[in-house]
Amino acid sequence: MAETTKAAPAPSRRTRGTRTPRAKDAATPDAPEPNAPTPAADAETLVGYYRQMLLIRRFEERAARAYTEAKIGGYCHLNLGEEATVVGLMAALRPSDYLFTNYREHGYALAKGIGADRVMAELYGRSTGVSKGWGGSMHLFDAEARLLGGYGIVGGQVPLATGAALAVSYKGGDEVVMCHMGDGTAAIGAFHESLNIAALWDLPVVFVVINNGLGMGTTVENSAAEPELYRRGAAYRMESARVDGTNVVAVRDAARVAVERARSQSKPYLLETTSPRLKGHSVVDPARYRSKEEKEALKAADPLARMALELEEAGILSHEDRDALDAKVMAEVDAAAAFADESPAPDVSTLFDYTYATPVPGELRRLPADAVFGS
Amino acid sequence: MAPMTYRQALRDTLRAEMLRDENVFLLGEEIGLFEGSYKITEGLLKEFGPRRVRDTPIAEEGFVGAAIGAAMLGLRPVVEIMTINFSLLALDQIVNHAAKIYGMFGGQASVPMVIRTPGGGGQQLGATHSQNVELFYSFVPGLKVVAPSTPAEASAMLKAAIRDDDPVLFLENLALYNTKGELPAAVEDVEPAEIGRAAVTRPGTDITIIGYSRMARVAAEVAETLAAEGVSAEVVDLRSLRPLDRATIVESVRRTGCAVVAEDDWLTYGIGAEIAATIQEGAFDWLDAPVRRVAMAEVPLPYAKSLETAALPSADSLLTAVRDTLRATGRVLEKI
Repeated sequence: MAETTKAAPAPSRRTRGTRTPRAKDAATPDAPEPNAPTPAADAETLVGYYRQMLLIRRFEERAARAYTEAKIGGYCHLNLGEEATVVGLMAALRPSDYLFTNYREHGYALAKGIGADRVMAELYGRSTGVSKGWGGSMHLFDAEARLLGGYGIVGGQVPLATGAALAVSYKGGDEVVMCHMGDGTAAIGAFHESLNIAALWDLPVVFVVINNGLGMGTTVENSAAEPELYRRGAAYRMESARVDGTNVVAVRDAARVAVERARSQSKPYLLETTSPRLKGHSVVDPARYRSKEEKEALKAADPLARMALELEEAGILSHEDRDALDAKVMAEVDAAAAFADESPAPDVSTLFDYTYATPVPGELRRLPADAVFGS
Repeated sequence: MAPMTYRQALRDTLRAEMLRDENVFLLGEEIGLFEGSYKITEGLLKEFGPRRVRDTPIAEEGFVGAAIGAAMLGLRPVVEIMTINFSLLALDQIVNHAAKIYGMFGGQASVPMVIRTPGGGGQQLGATHSQNVELFYSFVPGLKVVAPSTPAEASAMLKAAIRDDDPVLFLENLALYNTKGELPAAVEDVEPAEIGRAAVTRPGTDITIIGYSRMARVAAEVAETLAAEGVSAEVVDLRSLRPLDRATIVESVRRTGCAVVAEDDWLTYGIGAEIAATIQEGAFDWLDAPVRRVAMAEVPLPYAKSLETAALPSADSLLTAVRDTLRATGRVLEKI
């Protein structure tokens, strides 16, 4: 117990001085307390989590590099700082559970079990990518892994996830739908409409707000009249809680409470994680709106560095073991980048393959210079 | 078969499809207990229960999005949006999500859903409740937009829309709900239509009149009037706005040499603009006169009856445009 407590320290101590809001206990008095002392997680499990977090870290760093090398186009939002949250949330799901995310979702795809090679290939816009090169960084999808999409429009995934939960309920299934979003999403109408509908219809959906303190450059305090976002659940009589998103075990356990409630009682849940965003909004954002002090404080909030230290202090993972693990993970990421680089771009002959699932006469299949009526 | 109203054809077809396929369910505002603002879902809550006839809160973005999500998991939701004006509240879900999900993820999930919604003015409902914004949806690849004009078409098209694996916006019209027509068979035996096909509903030789939804009915009426005067007008009912059956339009105009488009929406950038462009590209050498468009006046539709009537396209305005066009051909036609 002592070891795992070390591995998952009390959130308030660790987040002090950062922009990340202080973690709170459950919103409602009768809700189970997600930040209670960490239950046993054995050494192997903890190392497994650490490995996944490390993979996300190295993958994202590699993506940032590939972006600056112009191998990745469009927007590219990274999960740097969100690793413990990602891994903790995914650890609470069964493989049959569905996941909808926003556009900051590379790590979620990896932790949901999709190979780094197919995720990187999607970022590179290759036909071997998870979305066959049609989606890019913001739109990862894998039907088999039940990742039902990363979505680029803020909040767009929230009604969709609610509807997926409606389908589960309609069919009498026991799957749970998890819907990931950022703090900025808590301000949009679709968020409130969906929470109301999910509560009204008793749908098995867990809404997870990743509160990293910033919607692009706007602070939560400047965009939310109630900056403790999990409290919004109360407006819909929905159980809700906030958890320290830098503590993988705490996140997992809080998510387990939420997922269990959705699965066994078919009730929605609102979970807020306080998770630092270590870099800018996207790869190209230098985050000049952050003060030097804030940036300095962020270093202390790095969940990966902290977990490395804790595992070392607990005698679970030595410095040497960690370096060896890092080398393996780096090799996996290098292989993923090589796979992406060597994969073919989608053939132009496939341009019209995915406009409609049911083919119809009259569909115009023309390139910009083509006449509407052939020669 | 005995004639039935457009409303009845929709209602009976919904019921038949729900009986046929357990995955078909309805959701929308006031469709259950209230039985629909326009009574299209009359009796269905009683027969199928709240699981399959689901009243929603007033939250178009939320419940349209929920229908999309349910469709991604294989259900076949039929959403009713009380009028097309309110669909604007769900624009993000329809345009950025329903229309994109199949393509954006490389064909891994389709969205087999239908959005039924009436457009139309003429009921003194004022500017925000009388619009025809089907163009917004017809503009977007990934969506299908159908606009049946008769009870028989409504039944066949609704079946096709429900069984189709793509999101279909099913455009109805307030002025059509009480119009009557015969179905070709008992409702459960009506063959689904083929989405994307226009129909020549009346063959003719002198001019082509192209319309959809209410204006296809007005076009038929005008063709009847013209026939009595010895003018042979061909009527093309578009039936599907996306995909657009360009071949049928162009073939007709190549036969008649001139055309008028009748549309209930605004003229500038409207559906008729696309039809006219299609005609000039596909039948330029056959045209004897410029293509005319009869469309709503470019104003927010006023409440006062006098102003509303003046702003809306009608049989009279269409007749005027047809006669003008025939004159412009320079053909020697005693009958004009």
